[in-house]
Amino acid sequence: MRSIWRTLDAALLRDVLAIAAGAAVNGASFGAITVASGSPWWMPVLMSVVIFAGGAQFMAVGIVAAGGSPAAAVLAGLVLNVRHLPFGLALGDLLGRSWFGRLVGSHLLVDETVAFALAQRDPVRARTAYWACGATLFVAWNAGDLAGALVGQSIGDPGAFGLDAAFPAALLALVLPSLRDSATLRAAVLGAVVALVATPFVPAGVPVLLALVGLLALRLPVPAVRR
Amino acid sequence: MTVLAVLLLAVGTYAFRVAGPFLRDRITLSDRVRELMSTAATVLLVALVATASLTKSAHFAGWALPVGVAVGGLAAWRKAPFVLVVVLAAATTAGLRLAGVA
Repeated sequence: MRSIWRTLDAALLRDVLAIAAGAAVNGASFGAITVASGSPWWMPVLMSVVIFAGGAQFMAVGIVAAGGSPAAAVLAGLVLNVRHLPFGLALGDLLGRSWFGRLVGSHLLVDETVAFALAQRDPVRARTAYWACGATLFVAWNAGDLAGALVGQSIGDPGAFGLDAAFPAALLALVLPSLRDSATLRAAVLGAVVALVATPFVPAGVPVLLALVGLLALRLPVPAVRR
Repeated sequence: MTVLAVLLLAVGTYAFRVAGPFLRDRITLSDRVRELMSTAATVLLVALVATASLTKSAHFAGWALPVGVAVGGLAAWRKAPFVLVVVLAAATTAGLRLAGVA
């Protein structure tokens, strides 16, 4: 474990903290919104600790607040989170062989940790990035959430700070190096188009899964580009 | 929200998360499949970027959001530091909204 932290350099830590700052503010707005919709202060805190998936948490609370049943909220949240299965398959080796590492590490599997790990070149750095990002995000998300639940309404709309743009921009910056490979780029572009076209017609979470159709682009014969 | 619903969502989400690392142990994958898995993760992330920047509740998100993400993406492509990418994206979107762009 010590070797992991030794490879945590200042640059990586700074990047992780940038994401964590955004997560803390988002977490605060989640806590505030959940309490405002009639839940006790510990409900958003419990959710953030045991679910630890921002998108699904916001969606579940939103569905119940709009009059939907808790069962519908669970189902929608689960559909949104199915993507963690392929993420885990892609990064499984990173968590090592120990049961502890895999059981605890799995809980930290979120979009940002996956993107951070994939962006690293060597496996040791990828492990460091995964654990550093996961642990920092967990603390930031939960601390923000607790603060938001207690302070409540005084926290404004995170949209006013443009935080909803920070998340996709951060992911984009992290995947850019992988997109230099033209086959990956083709698959990703096709997948993104499929996801966008499907969005109005299927429940949230499903479009991203449908994007895996983009992998078919890897099989397409591509004419050689003449320069 | 009920505690039971929260716990069900938590258990289900954790099951999705933990399945991958434990399945990887049971099956030996060829290098080709390994590479495919990693590409699949990239494809999922790019689809997340696309849907999170262009749509909100299954509708077009308005211009402020995708323009902010695009500015951040451009900065990343020009090798700007990661922190600057995130701040530029958020600041652009916030600025556009302040100026009345949805």
